[in-house]
Amino acid sequence: MAPPLKCDLCDNPATVHLTQIVNNKVHKVDLCEHCAKAKGVTDPSGFSLSELLLGAAAGNAVAAAAQPPPHTLRCEKCGYTELEFKKSGHLGCPDCYDTFEPLIEGMLDKMHKGTAHLGKAPQRAIERQRLHQRLTELNDALSEAIKTERYEDAARCRDEINQVKQTYGEEPAR
Amino acid sequence: MKSTKSNRPTGKSRRVKPLTLEGLLDSPSELAADASAGSVSIVLMTRIRLARNLAATPFPGWARDEQREEAYQACCAALTAIPLMKRGLSVSVAELTELEKQILVERHLISRELSEAKRGAGVVISADQALSVMVNEEDHLRIQVLRGGFQLKKAWSAINELDSALEDHLNYAFSETRGYLTACPTNLGTGMRASAMMHLPALVITGQMEKVVRAVNQLGMVVRGLFGEGSEASGSIFQISNQTTLGESESGILKRLGSVLETIVEHESNARQRLLEAQASNLFDKIGRAYGILHNSHLLNSAEAMNLLSLIRLGVDLGHFPEAERARVDRLFMETQPGHLQHTQKGEIEPMQRDLLRASLLRTEFANVSAPDFSRA
Repeated sequence: MAPPLKCDLCDNPATVHLTQIVNNKVHKVDLCEHCAKAKGVTDPSGFSLSELLLGAAAGNAVAAAAQPPPHTLRCEKCGYTELEFKKSGHLGCPDCYDTFEPLIEGMLDKMHKGTAHLGKAPQRAIERQRLHQRLTELNDALSEAIKTERYEDAARCRDEINQVKQTYGEEPAR
Repeated sequence: MKSTKSNRPTGKSRRVKPLTLEGLLDSPSELAADASAGSVSIVLMTRIRLARNLAATPFPGWARDEQREEAYQACCAALTAIPLMKRGLSVSVAELTELEKQILVERHLISRELSEAKRGAGVVISADQALSVMVNEEDHLRIQVLRGGFQLKKAWSAINELDSALEDHLNYAFSETRGYLTACPTNLGTGMRASAMMHLPALVITGQMEKVVRAVNQLGMVVRGLFGEGSEASGSIFQISNQTTLGESESGILKRLGSVLETIVEHESNARQRLLEAQASNLFDKIGRAYGILHNSHLLNSAEAMNLLSLIRLGVDLGHFPEAERARVDRLFMETQPGHLQHTQKGEIEPMQRDLLRASLLRTEFANVSAPDFSRA
């Protein structure tokens, strides 16, 4: 019989065996019950193997998450950081897909059959996006009209903005 | 259209009464009820799930408690307003006991992940138990449809209808280029995972499962055990599903999955044929012994019971037991699971007691099953 596996962190016999696939790489960790508990392995929501695998680097990583250096990405909308994304492989909110686009693009290519959506589309969401886009265009046109003192055009833009916002379910501009 | 699920006589009595948790736990599972409806010798059940999220709201794993609660309320309000979910059951995880959660997991109505969720998570189940929507699991919404047998098309049309109805009430997070935005990029695009639960005893007996798993993986599909990721494939029951969700339409994915499933059905049928031709005595011995143990044993753990029942099911398919016994086996697959077993005792019991109880239940059931007739093959 093969000798029992030892804990990766101390020399006690390992009773907890974990396998996690991160970026298509299989990582294995064997732990004794004590170390497993101490590392939060028993708490499924708060554990990532990468933390263990990174060892000492993980400590620095946690500190870095609290105050991300300027060159790492951070979602304006929900505050999710590049580090958290790399650690969990999950995103914080729908807007994170824009924030982390440079990181996601390559991943999707490996993960899926293609990188463009070819399936069902929800009609309401598309309508909302169309209105949102129209609103951006109108706001630009409004600024431009004010800048060039074309006040009649500006008034027309503002009226249309209000109309779009009403359809969109937002408060009209004053 | 011919008979749909709501027209089934079994569904009728449940349609009038609103679904309660007690009612749900006491009624037979969707899997067992529907499996008896048609020819389902190899594909036991079809399942499709869609991952959906609310626009401009953090995903459940990152949301603050109050944001998660708000999303939960919004989703539940939308769900209960939909006619398809009328008279269904809406229950939060916090309201469920450990045993109730376990039963819902065994019925495939909630995932293990949801059963471990803390605040602001729950499930809405349709009155006929065919549709269930988990709220605030990994995504805000995990919409699911279950159908007995091999029914990818019907399952898709049911879930598509529910999804479109929900969209009228909720603002989904969607991008025209990336599709439905999900907490994990592996579900991005269609957010769809379609799967079939397959009973493949001959491929297991002939040691071909590993080869099948490899081949299926190469075709972009995944093979898992009965209860999903990381679970054991006891009872020779496997879940086969699509791996990728982006870059292909729903119909494209379903077509590809369908043809993979058909190929597996063919391989299983061939393996059965070969077993009968080359190793009939061996096979009859296995089935006969399974019957003997189920008839006489006093201690049976869940995995052993599943494996024995699987052999009886194979015996039914091969004509050694009457056709009608398949429904009994499928019901027992569910009723011998730990949660279901404890429910009959109205409380949690120790594993050893469960093994006693399981064996006793199976002895009683198999007292009514006549011995296999190996001349009828």
